[in-house]
Amino acid sequence: MARNSGSGFRDAQGDLRLQDVTKSFGEFTAVDDLSLVVPRGSFFALLGPSGCGKTTTLRMVAGLEQPTSGSLFIGDTDLTGSRSYERPVNTVFQSYALFPHLSIRDNVMFGPKRRGSADAQKLADEALALVQMEHLGGRKPAQLSGGQQQRVALARAIVNRPEVLLLDEPLGALDLKLRRQMQVELKRIQTEVGLTFIHVTHDQEEAMTMADTVAVMNHGRIEQMGAPEQLYDLPRTSFVANFVGQSNLGSGRVVDRDGDHVVAEVHSTKVKIPLSRCAVQDGEVTFGVRPEKVRVLRAAPEGAGDDVRGIVLDVSFTGVATQYLVRLPSGAVWSCYEQNLDVEPIDLRPGDDVWISWNPYHAFGVPVDEAQARAAAEAV
Amino acid sequence: MSALTHVSAAAGETPAPVPQPDHKGRRWVPYLLLLPGALWLLVFFVVPLLQLFTVSLQSEFPGYPGYYYRDLNFGNYVTALTDFAPQFGRSILFAGLATFFAFCLAYPLAYAMAFKAGRWRNVMLIAVIAPFFTSFILRTVAWRQILADEGPVASTLNYLHLLPGGRITETWVAVVAGLTYNFLPFMVLPIYASLERADPRVIEAGGDLYANGFTTFRTVTLPISMPGVLAGTLLTFIPAAGDYVNAELLGSDNTKMIGNVIESQFFRVLGGFPVAAALSFTLMALILALVFVYVRRFGTEELV
Repeated sequence: MARNSGSGFRDAQGDLRLQDVTKSFGEFTAVDDLSLVVPRGSFFALLGPSGCGKTTTLRMVAGLEQPTSGSLFIGDTDLTGSRSYERPVNTVFQSYALFPHLSIRDNVMFGPKRRGSADAQKLADEALALVQMEHLGGRKPAQLSGGQQQRVALARAIVNRPEVLLLDEPLGALDLKLRRQMQVELKRIQTEVGLTFIHVTHDQEEAMTMADTVAVMNHGRIEQMGAPEQLYDLPRTSFVANFVGQSNLGSGRVVDRDGDHVVAEVHSTKVKIPLSRCAVQDGEVTFGVRPEKVRVLRAAPEGAGDDVRGIVLDVSFTGVATQYLVRLPSGAVWSCYEQNLDVEPIDLRPGDDVWISWNPYHAFGVPVDEAQARAAAEAV
Repeated sequence: MSALTHVSAAAGETPAPVPQPDHKGRRWVPYLLLLPGALWLLVFFVVPLLQLFTVSLQSEFPGYPGYYYRDLNFGNYVTALTDFAPQFGRSILFAGLATFFAFCLAYPLAYAMAFKAGRWRNVMLIAVIAPFFTSFILRTVAWRQILADEGPVASTLNYLHLLPGGRITETWVAVVAGLTYNFLPFMVLPIYASLERADPRVIEAGGDLYANGFTTFRTVTLPISMPGVLAGTLLTFIPAAGDYVNAELLGSDNTKMIGNVIESQFFRVLGGFPVAAALSFTLMALILALVFVYVRRFGTEELV
């Protein structure tokens, strides 16, 4: 491919680095002193509720917004202040933003042609084949379905073999089934072309399905970053605990230490949290455990007190699992998932008495921030 | 459109069963709604048009000027086309020039309103529409004063020796300027509408795909605003070609357009009715033919 033919084009290669990047719109700080390294060739997801600054971050990488302060590098090349057409970065827009006046093939050829590529036609056909759209090259965008337009938008970006490919909620407009299908497809394409993908989404399941690394953003900052399993297994803030999957949370105080465990008192119940899984060593702490790690039992487990004896409020059957809402004596309502495995059905109804139990191994402790925990639960 | 129908046919979809109207009378509702408009058009457009056509073929009673009998006198059309060819040419030329200048003025204005005006957008929109609150003729008379020999424009230019003929009024410049001014809003509004409706992300996508500002404008913004440009040029050219007020008030005998000829044939020339009608029909046919070619060439019906 003919590189360097566009005026001012910067052919940078390597990891994407954001250094102390801040973006303000008047009084409002959309992105607040963000530093981030996205390794070359990785599938990276920026996850967060709307207004968390993830799209602004993406637009700064694309060159469609300039940071108020801070700098942006690809490899060793400083791209701060350069225009979008000068960057080896392409975007798949949320609304696809296909050129309505051009045919599908001309849409895909747009980038290579601007860069003066001699075989734009061939490249476009290859890119269309990659997204299985080669048979519709002569159509106009308005003649395609949403899912097809999505594929074309992807082909139009990928055809340029950018150093970084940005995806701005690209699956948001698709229905659930198509979304699942496209998630698998996107992952396949990313593996095939080996480009750095940065995927912005508010859908935690989508982020976890596809990305190697997920950064959870909130209020213009990164709350936590890591592999999806890591984020889910061990959230470090109450926001992440509620935004990435669900959590049963309760706030209390650290009262004791028992070997490798922190003992906290939450609503007058003593709970154990493994030392390595507790972000707080003393003082106030929010204790959490994931719903699927909680067992619902008909009979009291050995050594259980009445503080884990509750009443079933609601039972909802979802096919592979059943969700129970259980009210504990403290007033807290816990949600518990039971896999519908090949075992005796427990057959519970609202109003039944149950005990709940969990392995302390799965518990985690995060700093207390109830407002954020609520915000996250509402944003999901 | 045809491609679309192919898709559904190829997909082998069975058409959804059409719900039976619970009321037979419902079928007539669209026709009933059309009726007032259709009647209006029939009485005030179709009938007069036919009447005009019959008039255009009438002949004068020999020896009785101003009296006609029904005939198939195509000589009227020959007269219209031969005697008044210069005025036809001038009409098309002036209207074309006015359309061109209006486009050159309107596009940057509409672009600024759509993308750069911010909170001034509505003020600018009102400023574009405001002239409609005064009569078209009054505004043209005002232009005659502005451009008059003793007026500020002409006297300044004369003082600087920049006005070869010594005057602006009674020249083709004044007529074209008047036409441009009077039809400018008809050019601005459709272009503004199509730019304002454009998805800003589509324009950003141009930059994202390595097109600099000018290339993005040339390859993305301008093409997606073509429906507005097409509507604007038609809305300017068609009335401008038939206009006679500007030529009457700002021009001279040498700048007469076809509208002036029709007006004078109709009201001032004894026995001019058939020729006036033939001129009207010729103008209509000429504009229809030009518009047809233009739309075929630049038509954007495929666009959305």
